[in-house]
Order: sequence, then structure tokens, then C-alpha cells
Amino acid sequence: MITLQHLYVLAGAMFAAFAILSALDRSNPKRLGNGAFWGLMALSLLAGDLIGDFGNGLLVLGLAALASLGLIGRSQPPTSSDEEREAFSARHGNRLFLPALIIPAIAFIGTLLYTYTPLRESGLFEAKRETYVLLGLGVLTALAVIFVWLRPPALAPLQEGRRLIDAIGWAAVLPQMLAALGVLFAAAGVGAVIGEITRAVIPEGSVFLTVVVFALGMAVFTMIMGNAFAAFPVMAAAIGVPLLIQGYGGDPAVVGAIGMLAGFCGTLMTPMAANFNLVPAALLELKDRNGVVKAQVGTALPLLAINILFIYFFAYR
Amino acid sequence: MTNYWVLLGILIVVAGFALRLNPMFVVTAAAIATGLIARMDIAEVISTFGKAFNDNRIIALVWIVLPVIGLLERFGLQQRAAAMIRSFRSATTGRLLILYLLYRQVISAIGLHSTAGHPQTVRPLLAPMALAAAEKQQGELDEPTSEKVKAYSAATDNVGLFFGEDIFFAIASIVLIQQTLAAYGIVLAPIELGLWAIPTAIAAFLVHGTRLLMLDRSLSSPRRSRGEGDHAKHGGGVGDDASATTSPPPSPSRDGEDKA
Repeated sequence: MITLQHLYVLAGAMFAAFAILSALDRSNPKRLGNGAFWGLMALSLLAGDLIGDFGNGLLVLGLAALASLGLIGRSQPPTSSDEEREAFSARHGNRLFLPALIIPAIAFIGTLLYTYTPLRESGLFEAKRETYVLLGLGVLTALAVIFVWLRPPALAPLQEGRRLIDAIGWAAVLPQMLAALGVLFAAAGVGAVIGEITRAVIPEGSVFLTVVVFALGMAVFTMIMGNAFAAFPVMAAAIGVPLLIQGYGGDPAVVGAIGMLAGFCGTLMTPMAANFNLVPAALLELKDRNGVVKAQVGTALPLLAINILFIYFFAYR
Repeated sequence: MTNYWVLLGILIVVAGFALRLNPMFVVTAAAIATGLIARMDIAEVISTFGKAFNDNRIIALVWIVLPVIGLLERFGLQQRAAAMIRSFRSATTGRLLILYLLYRQVISAIGLHSTAGHPQTVRPLLAPMALAAAEKQQGELDEPTSEKVKAYSAATDNVGLFFGEDIFFAIASIVLIQQTLAAYGIVLAPIELGLWAIPTAIAAFLVHGTRLLMLDRSLSSPRRSRGEGDHAKHGGGVGDDASATTSPPPSPSRDGEDKA
């Protein structure tokens, strides 16, 4: 059976290669910092289960220290020039899209086949992780096709991958850090305190205003935590269940489903949702780290208002 | 007795982001402060933080696509994506992004949400296409405009994902809703929750789609010329071949070790 563990090894090996190539890259004045940073990521992926919780904690502190002290820098691994790229594009034409579509196609068709046919019983892939496994298979297939067709230098995939991961930099690790922060918040009881504060501002007797506070609470708490998943149990416990459902008799399916989506409006508006908002800004090399958030606020706010109306009208229809 | 001090961690995060400190530092400081306030000892804080980081390694798996994306960029994929959009007469940034929004919502709604995303589709395909379309509408793009087009490309992916995925009832957030409510004795079928995600999905398509059409309008209106030496000659032209030097997003023009 192919499991997540295999994928961690694949990703870990990739980061290890990034680390070695970084450390050897004399054109980058911060080469040792980059080498250490990606080396720690490799260690986490390859041996995270072996080094113990405290060991993992030290590893994270190491990553944070390297990033905070500015010890990692963007390298310039060898790649093609713009002119060469234009020439490749003209020579190969739309066939260039084929390898790009291999990864989504294998993930897409593979997931469908695996989920809806008897293949599922084969137990070939770890349960519920088939899309990740297929993503990995897609990557390996695409690499094989590119090598056979375009014959890049042997190290090119690793150098090109390093070029991109260096463009992203520490933002590549931040989502995982934020997820870990959320766990600490939960352990410290942040959710309970927020729930208590929210309950204190609820006006008695007004269904509509209670819905407003519930939805705004979902959005704001999601913005703080970077994640609607952390906000939902808190808001459900504070307002959703005792007031909206049990108190005023609202339809629980509406309160639950649309309440969560009100939280997603918050996700669009916060840098704390790093993998959706900061990582793409880094990937697309935006000058403004918050550029993606700014582009989303105009969608998130009207949609939040609509969600409030939806909860009010559909839950109490 | 409520310990309001645990909110200090939130304050650190908000202040740190506002002061534009390095987020890795801000998050670590907030985590340690929160743990200590909750009366853990420092070793316990570090262990808790480390364990949570390790438990979330699945987040890092998406980066395995980078070598493929980078290789394809090396062979001109972004240039190709831009060229293809230039060949469509009626392509505009807004229409392209609306099409992608719909695609992203639909694949997310049928549970295939992780087959697209910022590294897999936005950087190599969507952003260069959106930029090329914008160039058709406006001629050479100034920096604020190209930043805006790129930001809208990423935003469209997020909106499509968030307001599509919950229709698929076997997704984590639906399970979470179900489990949370079940703890209060409220038993719901996942499919019910998925159905109630549909109105918001439609609303999201309409709201974001409208904003994309407004983006189109701002792109095709003649540019306010700012100072002399503007590229007025390109302004508002439809379909005239946008200069071949237009560079799709990030491509460090670097030549180094050469290919076969």
C-alpha cells in the first residue's frame, strides 16, 4: 500500500537535494542559511516521527530563527533566459501544455477511478489520501515524460524546483507553523475566552442580530486563527447551538453549513491564512505581500453580508 | 475564572503582522507566549509546538510539484500560455478568470479540489494567461496593473475553492460541522450540509464574477496618462499583437548552465 509516509520520503528527498544544491551554490551569499533551512525541512519530512516532540520543537525553532534573522536569501539557480523560453514556446507549440496537464489529469481521473470503481477495494493507496498519492505519481510521470521528450540536464528538475522554492522562501513553511500555533491556542483555551466575549455582546431577543454576531464572529475569529476549522466549534458552542438552534429553533443544517462559509469569508481577508493568501503572493512574486488579501476583500465582505441573510432566511423559513 | 491573558498571543500576532515583522518570528513568539501563559513549562511548549508542526506535515506535500512546474517554465510554458491567450480574439482577463472560477468551483464540488491550486495551476498557467489577456486589453502593463491581475488570479482560485468544496459532502469541513453538532445531540447527514452550501456557492460566483467583469472594464478603459512618455499608442487596442517582450510573471532572466 502506498501511504503518506512514502510521500514524506519523496518530499524529504527533494528538500534534501535543495539543501545540498543551496549549500554548494557559491553565487548565493546566504548559501549556508538556505542549506540549513531546507535541510531542516528535509529532516522534518524524513525523520519527523523519529526525533520526538521536543526534537521537532527544536527543529521548528531552528527554522524560525533562520528566517527571522534574515539568514536565508533568494538564489539564482541556472535556468533558461526569456529569449530561450520564447524560442521553446514557438518551437514546441501547444504540445507544451501536455506535460503540464499530466499532474492534474492523473490526480483527477485517478481519484475518480479509485473512488467510484472496485479499485477502491484493492487497498492500493492509503484510505482518504488517494489524491495526494496520485499527485505524487503524477509528478513522477510528468518528470519522466519531460526527460524523454525535452532532455533537460540531469539536475535541472532539482535546480528549477530550488529556484521556485527560494522564490517562496520561508512562506513555504509558514502555513505549517500557523497550524501549530492554532493547536497551542486551543490548548491554552483561547477559544473558550473568545466564545465568552462573543456571548457577552449578544443582544437579547433579536434573532437577526444574533445571526449577525454569529456570522461576524465566525469571520473575525477565522481571521485571527487563519482557519475556519478552529472558529467553528467555538462559535457553535457559544452561539450557534444554544441560541440559534436550541433557543430560536433554527435549522441546524443551515446554521452549520452557512456558518462555516461565513468563516471562509474571513479566510479570504487574513494574512494568517498563509497558504491561501501569503504563499500565492510569494509564488507570483507580488511586491505587496498582502496583495491577494486586498484583491479578495471586495468579494469577501458582500458575500459575508449575503451569508448573514441566507442564515436568517433559510434557517427560519 | 477566565484567564484573559491567553488572548495576548492574538495581540502579538496582530501587532506583529501590523508592524510587518517576519511572520515566522511573530508566530513563534505568539506560540511560546501563549503556552507559557497557559502555565506550560518551556519544554512542554516546545514539545507541543513541535508535535503540532509534525502532525501537519501533509501541508508541505504540495511542494513536490515544484520541480515539474520549474522544468516546464524552463521550456517556455508561461510564454506558451500567454501566446495561446493572445491567439483568442475575444479573450479578456475577466472572462478567462470567470471561466476558471467556474471550473474551480465545479472540480471542488465533486471532491477534486486538490487537483488545482496556486503552485499547480495559478503560477504556471492562469497568471500568465491573465496577464497576456490584460495586455491585449491595455497594451503594455504598468506595475500596479500587472500586480493587480496576478493578485486577482490567485484570489479567483481561492474563491472557487472555498465556495465549491463544501458542496462535496465528504470534505473535512463538512465532517467537522457534523461532528461538532453531533456532540450536542444534533444528528445531520453530510449530504444535507452539502446542499446548504449551494446557495452561497452561487452567490460567490455572482459576486466574484461581477468583480471580474469590473476588472475587465477598468482594463479596457483608456489609461489615465500620468506624465509624459506614456504608452498611449497601445491604449485600449484590441487584438493588436502585444509586444513580444511582455514577460509573463516571474522569470529571472538568468542564463547559466545550458541545456542539451
